[in-house]
Amino acid sequence: MSEVAIKNMTLNFGPQHPAAHGVLRLVLEMDGEVVERADPHIGLLHRGTEKLIEYKTYLQAVPYFDRLDYVSPMCQEHTYALAVEKLLGIDVPERGQYIRVLFSEITRILNHIMNLTTYALDVGAMTPLLWGFEERERMMEFYERVSGARLHAAYFRPGGVHQDLPAGLVEDIYAFCESYPKFIDDMESLLTDNRIFKQRTVDIGVFSPEEAMDWGMSGPTLRASGVAWDLRKSQPYDVYDRMDFDVPVGKTGDCYARYLVRVEEMRQSLRIIKQCLDEMPDGPVMTQNHKLNPPRRGEMKHSMEALIHHFKLYTEGYHVPAGETYTAVEAPKGEFGVYLVADGSNKPYRCKIRAPGFAFMQAVEALTKGHMLADVPAVIGSLDIVFGEVDR
Amino acid sequence: MDEALIDLGDYIAAALPQDVIGTEVALGELVVTVRPTKIVRVLTFLRDDSTCLFKVLIDICGADYPEREARFDVIYTLLSMSQNQRVRVKLSVAEDVPVPTATGVYSAAGWYEREAWDMYGIYFSDHPDLRRILTDYGFEGHPMRKDFPLTGRVEVRYDETQKRVVYDPVKLTQDFRSFDFLSPWEGMNEILPGDEKARADEEEGAEST
Repeated sequence: MSEVAIKNMTLNFGPQHPAAHGVLRLVLEMDGEVVERADPHIGLLHRGTEKLIEYKTYLQAVPYFDRLDYVSPMCQEHTYALAVEKLLGIDVPERGQYIRVLFSEITRILNHIMNLTTYALDVGAMTPLLWGFEERERMMEFYERVSGARLHAAYFRPGGVHQDLPAGLVEDIYAFCESYPKFIDDMESLLTDNRIFKQRTVDIGVFSPEEAMDWGMSGPTLRASGVAWDLRKSQPYDVYDRMDFDVPVGKTGDCYARYLVRVEEMRQSLRIIKQCLDEMPDGPVMTQNHKLNPPRRGEMKHSMEALIHHFKLYTEGYHVPAGETYTAVEAPKGEFGVYLVADGSNKPYRCKIRAPGFAFMQAVEALTKGHMLADVPAVIGSLDIVFGEVDR
Repeated sequence: MDEALIDLGDYIAAALPQDVIGTEVALGELVVTVRPTKIVRVLTFLRDDSTCLFKVLIDICGADYPEREARFDVIYTLLSMSQNQRVRVKLSVAEDVPVPTATGVYSAAGWYEREAWDMYGIYFSDHPDLRRILTDYGFEGHPMRKDFPLTGRVEVRYDETQKRVVYDPVKLTQDFRSFDFLSPWEGMNEILPGDEKARADEEEGAEST
């Protein structure tokens, strides 16, 4: 039989593909059904966030952070708030810190529900998505009750959080914590030992610990490769150092391990939420320095000085002393960092946003090379990519 | 925490006296300034030396200071998991000077350098694939530079007659409003609004005489 030369085929995946988790154009070079080269074309959701922030005051920049990774908004505000607080050299009242940790963990569960259930959908299971979004909606109601918005909260601000928790919220979050493990168990009964799910994920997209570090992985993706690294433990911020929780670490570094790590992280988040609710002290939630924190509405009715403070804070904003900092938090997806340069004025001079998804997206080629076409959505889904933060 | 960082900074400066310009600890963070041509050597040392072990490249980004001769800063943020430390390596380059690529040291550097090239026009020599990354296909200019306008230069619309998306120069129905809220007491420049006219007159007068 004579030899037949087979030409490689170029395949355009996206930009409108349901498994691309947003607007990703992936140019795949295929040898039959095997991926030879994967070239992600990102930037279709680029909105120039960093440039816009340079033209906004420090407070006006907060809502931009909600719109980066729009499934875990508060964790990103947290990074920015910590960075500005570091430059200003101010402390946050204890109650404010507890509320921030509480809502960071709610955000983590929110994000992991989104990722795990849509991931299951990508590889062929629909039910977890339908169940998960019911739970997700319950948590977004908590968001709505503290900030007035289900998604774009703008709740964590430099100096603390905007408002105290409304009456009854603590009880409702506690009730949620009691009922939520049932959902995790149900979801696991559908997926964890599911033969089809395992066939699609086990040994797909494997990263060794060295490779994971070399490619700049972070968060669950790094931990699934067996690196025990969590910024909440190793470089704790706010009151994470008082929390008692475990960091799940995977063994195999494949898509299945990433799934397992996220499931366990949800259980650990529930532990942190309960501790926050139990230990939360009373007191102010925002720094009481009125050069940074606007006065309460009632105060403005009779105090001229409060009125002036309010006016100045919402027009000029506050000045941040010159300096620069790189501050990072353990966002649900991985290390989310902000490199902030202040020049002493009321606007940031430079605000570089380090999104975990950007590094994940870069590693897609290394993870999918030699795999089948059907494994590409499985890898992308397991990395937990949201294009709002990749493209910025 | 700070002493450990100062020690680490001194150690790095002592090990690479030819390459490191200075080290500084500010706000609990270590900044190492290096010569642009030596960046690969410094990064390799930081990654492999047993007291550093900065195995993870967190980020590479640019920053623009148009008033300086070497107008761009390139900032490398590294993380050492075994030492639980971060370090920021900084270098300054002029607009037309290339920076050696770090892709040989960290695989993750590729896209970060593409982004710095796209956003600032900082050229990385020997980069395997230095294309634009975030901006549109066929985009002109480097949007994060301080002299690039916030509104951009082109806008897109769908043209019904040509049946495709066309690019037009930006037309603003209302002028872009940049409010100057700086209080005249705290944020005062040497030049008060209107003063620049008086100064221009003086200069003209000086030239003519």
